[in-house]
Amino acid sequence: MSQTTSRTTPYGDPQDAGPAATRAAAPPPDEAKRRVGKIVGYVLLTLFALVYLFPFVIQVGTSFKTDPDATNSPLNPIPSAFTTQAYQQLFQQDFGLWFTNSVIVAVVVTAGRVFFDSLAGYALARLRFRGRQAISLGIIATMAVPGVVLLIPKFLIIKQLGIYDTYAGMIVPLLADAAGVFIMKQFFETIPVSLEEAAKLDGAGIFRTFWSVVLPVARPALITITILSFQSSWNELPHFLVSRQSPDLNTLTTGVAGLLTGALGAGNRYPLKLAAAVLMTIPVAVLFFVFQKRIIGGSLEGAVKE
Amino acid sequence: MSRTTSARAGETRSGWLFVTPVVVILGLFLVAPILMAFWVSLSDWAGRGSPLSGAVTFVGGQNYTDLLGQDSLARSDFATSIRNNFYYVLLVVPLQTVLALGLALLLNQRRLKGLSFFRTSYYFPTVTSSVAIGSVFLFLFAGSGSVNALLKLVGVSGPNWFADPRGLLHLLLGAVGVGNGDEQGPAALTDHGFLSLSWWDWLAGPSVAMITIIALVIWVSAGAYMLMFLAALQNIPAEVFEAAAIDGASTWRRTVSVTIPLLRPTLFTVLTLGLIGTWQVFDQIYVMSKGNPSKTTLTPAYLAYDSSINQGAWGQGTAISFVLFAIILVMTGIQSWILRDRDKPRRRLGRAQRGGAGTGGDVGGYLATAGRQQR
Repeated sequence: MSQTTSRTTPYGDPQDAGPAATRAAAPPPDEAKRRVGKIVGYVLLTLFALVYLFPFVIQVGTSFKTDPDATNSPLNPIPSAFTTQAYQQLFQQDFGLWFTNSVIVAVVVTAGRVFFDSLAGYALARLRFRGRQAISLGIIATMAVPGVVLLIPKFLIIKQLGIYDTYAGMIVPLLADAAGVFIMKQFFETIPVSLEEAAKLDGAGIFRTFWSVVLPVARPALITITILSFQSSWNELPHFLVSRQSPDLNTLTTGVAGLLTGALGAGNRYPLKLAAAVLMTIPVAVLFFVFQKRIIGGSLEGAVKE
Repeated sequence: MSRTTSARAGETRSGWLFVTPVVVILGLFLVAPILMAFWVSLSDWAGRGSPLSGAVTFVGGQNYTDLLGQDSLARSDFATSIRNNFYYVLLVVPLQTVLALGLALLLNQRRLKGLSFFRTSYYFPTVTSSVAIGSVFLFLFAGSGSVNALLKLVGVSGPNWFADPRGLLHLLLGAVGVGNGDEQGPAALTDHGFLSLSWWDWLAGPSVAMITIIALVIWVSAGAYMLMFLAALQNIPAEVFEAAAIDGASTWRRTVSVTIPLLRPTLFTVLTLGLIGTWQVFDQIYVMSKGNPSKTTLTPAYLAYDSSINQGAWGQGTAISFVLFAIILVMTGIQSWILRDRDKPRRRLGRAQRGGAGTGGDVGGYLATAGRQQR
C-alpha cells in the first residue's frame, strides 16, 4: 500500500516516461492467463447484457401475442401466432389522446427549460449584478429538496393558484430546473470572453449578444439539456398525478399506469399493457440511440478531458 | 466613466431579468409549497376551499402526534411504511452500488472490444419510463410469468409474487425454527413492540412482493451509477495501475487496494444519491402495488400521497412528508459522518480527482437526478 502511494506521486510529473515506457519495463504478461481473463470478461458482459436486454425482448414479443399465448409461454418471446390486436385495441381507447398530451407537455416543458435555464445560466456565469451569489446559492439549495416530499405541497400551491386540472398546472411547475441552470452556467464559463467583447464593440445589447453570439456556441450544452428535459418530462409521473384529475389531461404515464391497475388491470391482458409500454418507450428510445454519444459519451468525455 | 456606469446598470437590469423566470418558478413551486404544506401539517384542513381561509384551525402538533404518539391506525400504517422502506433501502443501496461498480469495472477493461454496445444495454433502462418498466416487471413476475417459468425449468415452483405478503426474514427465521413461518412469532417478540408494531412485525424483512420492486429498482438504477463509476475510473491515470502491476499485484489485489480507494469520492456520491433516492420510492409503488399486499409495499412517500389525495387526511399527509424529509436529512448526515475522510493524503488525491471530473461529474449528477425523479 505504501508503495502504491509513493507511485502515485508521478501523477502529473513531466519526468515520467509515459505509459509506453512503463509497459516495456513490465514483465511480459502470461498469454494464456490473459486469454482466460478475456473470455471471462466477455462471458460476464454477455450474461449481464442478457439480463438487461431480455426483458425488452419479452416486452416487444409479448405485445404481438394473443392473451392465452402470453400466459401459456411467458419465456418464449416469439408469438405462436403473430397479431397486432393489442395495438389496435389501444387506439380504440384513449391512447392517441394520452400520446398527444405527452407530446404537448414534453415539447413545451423542454422548450421552456432550454430557454429559461440558459438565460439564468448566462446571467450567473457572466453578468455582474448584486445578489448574484445569493441567487446561485438559493438555486443550489433547491436541488437538495427531495422531490417526492414536495408532491402534496405542490398540489396545494397548484390548487391555490387556480391552475389545477389545466395544461398550465401540468407545464409551468416543470419549466425550470436547477440542475439545467448549472449545466448551462458551467458551459458558459468555458466560452472565451473575447467572443462577447467583439459583439459588444459592434454595439450589440446584452440580450442580442446572448442570443446571437453566445447561444449558438453553446449548442453542445443546449442539446444535452434538451434531451434530458424531454426525457424527464416524457417520463414524469407523480407531478401529473397531483396537477390534474380530468381524463382528458391524461399523459401516457398516468394513462398507462391506470391501464395497469385500473378496471382493465383486473384481467391479465398482458399484450395490451406491454404494447402500451412499447409505444411509450419508442420516442425516448429513438432519442437515446440517436444521441447516446451525447448522453453517455458526453459525460465521460467531459470527465476524461478534465 | 458614465459609459461604464450605464453598462453596469444595464448588466444589473439584464442580470435580474435573465434569472427572474427561474427564480419565480422555483420559488413558486419549490419554496412556497414547503411553507404552505408546513402550515397545512399544523392545521385541520380537510381539503375544501383554501387552506389559508379563516375556516381552517391551527391544531399544533396534533397531526404529528397522531403519527408518532398514541396508538392508532395512522400510527401503525406509518410505522409499517417506515419498516417497509427501511428494508427496501437496506437491500437496494448496497446491491445497486455493488452492481454498478461491478459493471463499471467490467466496462473499464480496455482490452475488450464492443464495450459501447454493452454500456448502452446496461444504461438503457435508466432512460425509459418507470411506468413502462413497471408493466414489463408486472408481466415477468406474474404468477404465470417469465420468472416462474424460468424457476420451473430448475424444478422450483415460484411464489405468486405480487400477492405474497410473507416477510423474507420471517420465512428464514421459520426455516431455522424461530416462529412459525409468517403465521406466528415467538411470544417474546409479539407481546411487545414499538410504534404500534410488535417487534416480530418489525423483524418481518421485505415481503416477497417487495422483493420484485427491489429487483426492478436495482436493475434500473445500476446503469446510472455505473456511468458515474466509469467516468471516475477513466479519470484515474493508467500509470497508477501499471505501477501496481509492476509491483506484482494481481488483478484482484489491484482492484481492492488501488482502484476502489481511488473511487472513494464517487462511492460516496453514489451511496448518498442512493440513500436519498431510495427513501423517496413512489413511482414503482404506485404503478405496481399501491401498497398491497397487506400493506407490505406501503412506503412513506406513497402513504403521504394516499392519505392526502385518496383519504382526504391532508394534515396527516403533509406531516408524513415532513417526517420523511427529516429521515432523509438524518440518513444523509449519518452517512457523511461515517464515510468522512480520516486520512488526509488520500483525501487530497480524491479531491484532485473530483475537481478533475469537471462537467462530467455534474452531468452524471444530473443524470442521476433525472433517474431519481423516475424512481
